[in-house]
Amino acid sequence: MAFTLLALQGFGGVLAIAQRVLVEQRRWLSQEEFLEVLAVGQVLPGPNICNVSLMVGDRFFGWRGAFAALAGMMAVPLVIVLILTVLYTQYAMNPAVAGALKGMGAVSAGLIVGTGIKLAGALRSSPMGVPISIAFGIACFIAVALLRWPLVWVLFVLGAIACTWAYRRLAARIASGAEQ
Amino acid sequence: MHLSLDLLLSLFGHFLVLSLLAVGGAITVAPDMHRVLVGNLGVLTDAQFNASIAIAQAAPGPNILFVAVMGYQAAGLAGAAATLAGIMLPSTTLALMVARWGHARRDWRAVQAFKAGMAPIVIALMFSTGWILTAETPGWRHILLTIAAAVLVSRTRIHLLLLIGAGGLVGALGWV
Repeated sequence: MAFTLLALQGFGGVLAIAQRVLVEQRRWLSQEEFLEVLAVGQVLPGPNICNVSLMVGDRFFGWRGAFAALAGMMAVPLVIVLILTVLYTQYAMNPAVAGALKGMGAVSAGLIVGTGIKLAGALRSSPMGVPISIAFGIACFIAVALLRWPLVWVLFVLGAIACTWAYRRLAARIASGAEQ
Repeated sequence: MHLSLDLLLSLFGHFLVLSLLAVGGAITVAPDMHRVLVGNLGVLTDAQFNASIAIAQAAPGPNILFVAVMGYQAAGLAGAAATLAGIMLPSTTLALMVARWGHARRDWRAVQAFKAGMAPIVIALMFSTGWILTAETPGWRHILLTIAAAVLVSRTRIHLLLLIGAGGLVGALGWV
């Protein structure tokens, strides 16, 4: 049920509202946990937000919860989208409708960026350290947003480097912990 | 509309395969959907294809629903069911298995390293999405709107629907 409400508020992408509801309102996940779930949802095939709802539902309520979360995420919006499709063909030429879509699109882009800013706070606890984390983030932004490289390759190559780096940092941390 | 089982099956089958390729969201395999739906099968026009994505972006809910819109335009409600089931089935099964595997081993160093390494990349992808969504559109006033929305979301607890509504209003008045 929570996921239905959540999905209904997610114009142009549910990520911003998912972070607010799951982390800030219901407190099911911490900022770090949300980021982890999102990371897994991102590298797996399939829509990231659907993967996130599956995983969160599964963690708290088992596989039934997983499918309840997914169904909640999809059902009502699906009906709305199909109704809109029928309406769209009639009003596509209306300049006010086109303008409203553009305005809503601009805001939803802002929502995604704003959520990214909030989640970036969770990087403070990263074992890689803040500067390295930011460097990986900037590299990824340049590759995806500015150079428009295919996402799959950026994810695998940059992701592999970042994960290897994190692995070695964690190893160093464990080694220094063992000496004390 | 002439519904044929052949068409439904080929829609289902094609989206079944695409599901596992769609790393980073179904929108990444949209070019291949275009190749099949508009090219090979010829069930959608170019305009219908683009409208499918625009509608799902503008509507509430996950953007993946654009897949259902395409199915609907190609073959009615049964088409929507075929494409949506096809795109969801493999990826959800995999996601569940991986999530359980990872959660059971969350103390492993490799699992922790994966989470730590991916975190900045996932955040950067969110910035990239925002960038692509605004930079694609000509003009500059909507960029101010995007920046204002980003600041409001990260600094205040203002209701997100209020922001979207305001954006829609500003757009309908022709200011962006």
